[in-house]
Amino acid sequence: MAEIAIDNLRHSYDNDLSDPSRLALKRVDLTWKNGSAYALLGPSGCGKTSMLNIISGLVRQTTGRVLFNGNDVTDLPTEARNIAQVFQFPVLYDTMTVEQNLAFPLRNRGEDKATIRRRVGEVAEMLDLVPLLKKRAAGLGAAEKQKISLGRGLVREDVAAILFDEPLTVIDPHVKFELRRKLKLVHDALNLTLIYVTHDQSEALTLADEVVVMSDGEVMQVGTPQDLYERPKHRFVGNFIGSPGMNFIPCTLEGERLVFAGGALAAPNWLGPRLKPDQKLAIGVRPQALCVAGAGEEAVAGRIVEAQLRGDSYIADVAIGETLVKMRLPDHVALPTDVFGVHFPPRSTLVFADDRLLGDLHEQD
Amino acid sequence: MVSDANVTSLADAATPRSKARSSGARRHLVGAMLLGLFLTFQMLPIYWLVRMSLMKPADIMASADFLPKAPSFDNYMTIFTDPTWYNTYINSLTYVILNSIISLSVALPAAYAFSRYKFIGDKHVFFWLFTNRMAPPAVFLLPFFQLYSAVGLFDTPFAVALAHCLFNVPLAVWILEGFMSGVPKEIDETAYVDGYSFPRFFITIFLPLIRAGIGVTAFFCFMFSWIELLLARTLTSVEAKPIVVAMTRAVSASGLDWGLLAAAGVLTILPGMAVIWFVRNYIAKGFALGRV
Amino acid sequence: MNKIEDNRAWFLILPVVLLVAFSAVVPLMTVVNYSVQDIFGPHQRAFIGVEWFREMLRDPDVQASFVRQILFSVIILAIEIPLGVLVALGLPRKGWKSSLAIVLLAIPLLVPFNVVGTIWQVYARPEIGLLGSTVNALGIPYNYTADGISAWVTIVAMDVWHWTPLVALLAFAGLRSIPDAYYQAARIDAASRLAVFRYIELPKMRSVLTIAILLRFMDSFMIYTEPFVVTGGGPGSATTFLSIRLVNMAVGQFDLGPAAAFSLMYFLVILLVSYVFYTILQRINAS
Repeated sequence: MAEIAIDNLRHSYDNDLSDPSRLALKRVDLTWKNGSAYALLGPSGCGKTSMLNIISGLVRQTTGRVLFNGNDVTDLPTEARNIAQVFQFPVLYDTMTVEQNLAFPLRNRGEDKATIRRRVGEVAEMLDLVPLLKKRAAGLGAAEKQKISLGRGLVREDVAAILFDEPLTVIDPHVKFELRRKLKLVHDALNLTLIYVTHDQSEALTLADEVVVMSDGEVMQVGTPQDLYERPKHRFVGNFIGSPGMNFIPCTLEGERLVFAGGALAAPNWLGPRLKPDQKLAIGVRPQALCVAGAGEEAVAGRIVEAQLRGDSYIADVAIGETLVKMRLPDHVALPTDVFGVHFPPRSTLVFADDRLLGDLHEQD
Repeated sequence: MVSDANVTSLADAATPRSKARSSGARRHLVGAMLLGLFLTFQMLPIYWLVRMSLMKPADIMASADFLPKAPSFDNYMTIFTDPTWYNTYINSLTYVILNSIISLSVALPAAYAFSRYKFIGDKHVFFWLFTNRMAPPAVFLLPFFQLYSAVGLFDTPFAVALAHCLFNVPLAVWILEGFMSGVPKEIDETAYVDGYSFPRFFITIFLPLIRAGIGVTAFFCFMFSWIELLLARTLTSVEAKPIVVAMTRAVSASGLDWGLLAAAGVLTILPGMAVIWFVRNYIAKGFALGRV
Repeated sequence: MNKIEDNRAWFLILPVVLLVAFSAVVPLMTVVNYSVQDIFGPHQRAFIGVEWFREMLRDPDVQASFVRQILFSVIILAIEIPLGVLVALGLPRKGWKSSLAIVLLAIPLLVPFNVVGTIWQVYARPEIGLLGSTVNALGIPYNYTADGISAWVTIVAMDVWHWTPLVALLAFAGLRSIPDAYYQAARIDAASRLAVFRYIELPKMRSVLTIAILLRFMDSFMIYTEPFVVTGGGPGSATTFLSIRLVNMAVGQFDLGPAAAFSLMYFLVILLVSYVFYTILQRINAS
């Protein structure tokens, strides 16, 4: 078990740091708290796997440090870091039985037979692999194979952290749920630091205590699933999390009003002083936050252009003047056919300057 | 604080790498050295052939110095200007190309049948084809001579091209079957559903998909036909005499002109090298008969 | 892949069957025909049953060639398979270095058999060859035209030179099919280099090594041209392998009957040994 700190880390696969656009990781500072479950979320090619491989020591970063419990492990090889890692595709030693597979990391480390037998037994018990122990690993299904890959990581005592690189990619959907639950149970039982790379946000949000969102070699935000959803620190996070993503409406500050094409909202009093010249402003609001204005609520006039039924609600394209926003509307109420008042709840309506979050409309200084 | 971290990390990067890393690097070095040694072992005899091809017979017989003495292209000029030499070269190319075309055109449909269908006797036929790859050519010398004389093909490129089919066709079927099995069957089914006839599907859709396999197969047919001597020598005399045979006869006829022989030898290696460059990315898979 | 059952597929394999039958069955029948007859002249022959077979089995020259041939194939396999695997492990996996190494490695495979013989004939000569002169300069007596051991060493070295690349390229094809994740998992499991070879690389190379062993056995068992050019089967009959013996008999002495009987037994031995190899290797792979 360990707290993993990443300190001022930059990485380029050709060891050339001069061109920032070609870096796999651009200056990452991050601490993974001991015992927490993290999801590392981001689109393909954003540096998730690089980050994972640097933590486990499979890849050596160009500059920067990796610390386990405060000790610099930058120069420690993978096998000395005591990390468990499960890859996208199951990796098994085909010629061995399940038991031999599980025992392999311990045998390589010269553990005595009694210890090996005890640990293999414990891990097999935990992962429901006991009936398979004597079988050859080659003939098993993908889900079992991934469990064995995981077991090879867990079999070592006092693993520093367990890293998953999109481990459920090749698993059938109905088994996925079961396996994910198992992971969660294992994590809770062993109190391990767990880092789970995925590009599937529902997977990330259900599994993790905290989510790290990456884009293009940078960490955009670290936070609880709720944080990411309600208060994305960057426009990228707002777009990436949630389906559909957050609405972003370009606007300008004119006196005490935030004006956009088609309407205006009351600006919070802190905005003017905090704003730097030439910053591009935008209003960010979730489709799920927008609602039909009640009596006396501040509203702008909108009209439904198109609506699609999604499960128990509609996702509607609503035209507010020349601005088009997405808005969720309940399916048990008839959709407004004419112009209606769209309410932007101040607590859920955020202001972004140059794509970065400044605050919401409710806060006042 | 930040600058401190920077200094530390730069220092870290400069310190000698950890044990595992240096042992990995050492392993890499050992591998590279072994490979270098082996490639040297491979190249030295070739170099010796090239060296000889640039020398006069008297100089060749005089010493074993590493560098050629008085190098010149005289031997090559002799070959290029003497029709009895260069015609043999053309003869070789003729039957080799003929063989590649025949082998490919019969092997393609057969390999498709083996990769897609189950039919009566399929395994037996496949095994029987392969047994022909195990037949020592020496066994067939005399019967081949009689057979091709009887049908009037003796001393023509067709005789050699057909005889080489004995080992090239089974190999071609085997390699192509390996490549074809890698193409999902759904592609065939989709095409038939879309109303393609078999020949049209096979030529316009399927063959382009296994381009690499066809290239590799052609290369192997070319190679095995090109390097074979025994059958080529038995089935030709004057008109269709191939270069490899011309070389063995030059030895007995004009005494031993090692220089000329070496030049002819170098010229026999060149076409193969030209072909291999084109298929270099598939060659490893091809050697594994498309089964990796 | 599930195959469709359809006997019309026979039409697709018909051209191959006809072509190969023309080249294989008719000559094979001729050989069978000869093997059971005694031929005195163009139209004088007598059926003698298995007499030639019996004679060939008792012939001490044939027996000696057979023992020599087995020894040769065993030595060849024992050297070329491990060496080929080692070379494959040393090959760069990708990039121009890999392409270059592969092309260089493949060159000996493209050299016509008799040119291989010619090259080594000169290369190994003590007075004019690099190998011969170097070995002699080191104080080791070496002359392949006079000394049987030298002749064997030369022919084995030549075959290793000629065919190890085939084994190496096959093994390389197997190695290249291993995903990176296997090597990464092995590092996480603290596997030694030997364990990586034993548990990851070797299992993935099994099927290609099966092919390599089969091909190398068959071809080394049929070897003719290269040793014939270098030593002519000598000195004495030290390097007279089965094919050289057979060609001498059929073309040199024109003993058609015995040669035919010999041919058939020769062919059968290759078939049998290949079949045994194949089954054993299949069984190892399956277990």
